[in-house]
Amino acid sequence: MNHSHHVQVGPVGFRIGSAWAEPIRQLKALYADYPSPAEGITEHLVRLEPTSPMRRWVKPSIAIAGGYTLPEAAPLPLSIGLIAAEMAMNLQVALGERHYLLLHAATVARDGKAIILTGESGSGKSTLSALLMTEGWRFMGDEFALLDPETGLLHPFPRPVSLKNQAMAVMGARLPESRFGPVMKDTPKGDIRHLIPDVASIKAMHEPARPIAILFPSFGEEMAVRPMGQGEVFVRLTQASTNYTALGERGFHALAGLVKSTPAIAIDYPDTAGGLSLVEQVWAERG
Amino acid sequence: MDDPRFAAPAPDTLISVQLDGLVALYDRASAMTHVLAEPVPEILEALGPSALTATQLLAGLDLPDDADTRPALLARLEELESSGLVRRV
Repeated sequence: MNHSHHVQVGPVGFRIGSAWAEPIRQLKALYADYPSPAEGITEHLVRLEPTSPMRRWVKPSIAIAGGYTLPEAAPLPLSIGLIAAEMAMNLQVALGERHYLLLHAATVARDGKAIILTGESGSGKSTLSALLMTEGWRFMGDEFALLDPETGLLHPFPRPVSLKNQAMAVMGARLPESRFGPVMKDTPKGDIRHLIPDVASIKAMHEPARPIAILFPSFGEEMAVRPMGQGEVFVRLTQASTNYTALGERGFHALAGLVKSTPAIAIDYPDTAGGLSLVEQVWAERG
Repeated sequence: MDDPRFAAPAPDTLISVQLDGLVALYDRASAMTHVLAEPVPEILEALGPSALTATQLLAGLDLPDDADTRPALLARLEELESSGLVRRV
C-alpha cells in the first residue's frame, strides 16, 4: 500500500493502508489526538484498494479489503474514502473481536459509572452521546460498547462520532470547527460529518466503567419513560450484538449478568433538551 | 392411542438464568440461546433426559389428561422439538 496510518482506539489497534493519499490524510487529521498502537497490540488490517487497476485513476472506486470483508459490499467512490475506511475499521471489530462482548451502542460515563444507549439506527443514540460529551460526560463510544465477560466492566472504544444530516448542525452549534472532519455529501447514509471526541475522553480510552443503566432512546416522540423487563432487554441486546453467537457460553453469561444487574429504561424524547434531561434524571436516580 | 415419547437434554448441558418472568436458556450442545416463557421451563424440567410419554409427562406435571390439556402439551413439545430442545425417541 502506498499510504498508511496506525492508530489505537481503546483496546483495538488498526493499520489502514490505501492506494490513495487523500483518505489517509483525512484519517490522520481525524485521529491526530489518538496514540499509535502500543507494543504487543494486535492490529486489525484495513486496505482501501481500487476495484480494478484502472479505477485507481479513472472514476476512482474503492473496494475494502482486510481480515474481514463483506463480499457483497458495493464499491464506494473515492470522494467518501474516509467513510470507506471507517466502515472497514468497524467491520474488523464487529466480526473479529473475540475478547469482549460487543453491543451496538453508545456509552457515556461519569465517576467510573457508565450509561449504555442502545437502539436502532436513527434512535438518536450517537447524537445524544455526543451532546452528553459537551455537557461534561466522558464519551466512551457511539458504535460499540465493549463488555468484558470476566469483570462485567465496559471498555471505551471512543471512535469519532459519525454525525448524520441534522445532527451536524446540532453539534456544529456547540463545538468549534476544529473538532469536525470534512462534510461528505450524498453518502449511502445521507450527509455525514465526523466529530472528534474531546481530548479527555480519548486520553481515558483505557479506563473501564461499570454499567449502571441501559437506555433505549427514541428520538422524535413525546417525553416518556418506561422501565423494561429483563427478558425483552436480553433479546434486544442479543440482536444488538455482533459477536454474541461467536462468544458462545461466555457471551451468554456476560449478557445475562449485564441484564440482571443493570436496570433498563426506554426513553422517548422530542428534542435534544428533553433527551439530556432524561439522561440526567436517570443519573440522579442511579448514579 | 398414539402416545409419543420425548426426551430433554441432560441438565448439565443447559444453563438457565431467570429474567423477570422469563427464562434464558443456553444449550451447550447446539450453542443456541432460547428465551422461554411459562410453562416451557417446567416442561423441560419435568421431562429430563430419560424419555417420557405424553401420558407420563402429564402425570408428572400434575395436569389432567383431557381433550384440552393433552393437545396443548403436545403442541408445546412439538415447538420444543422444532427448536432442538426436545427430541422424540
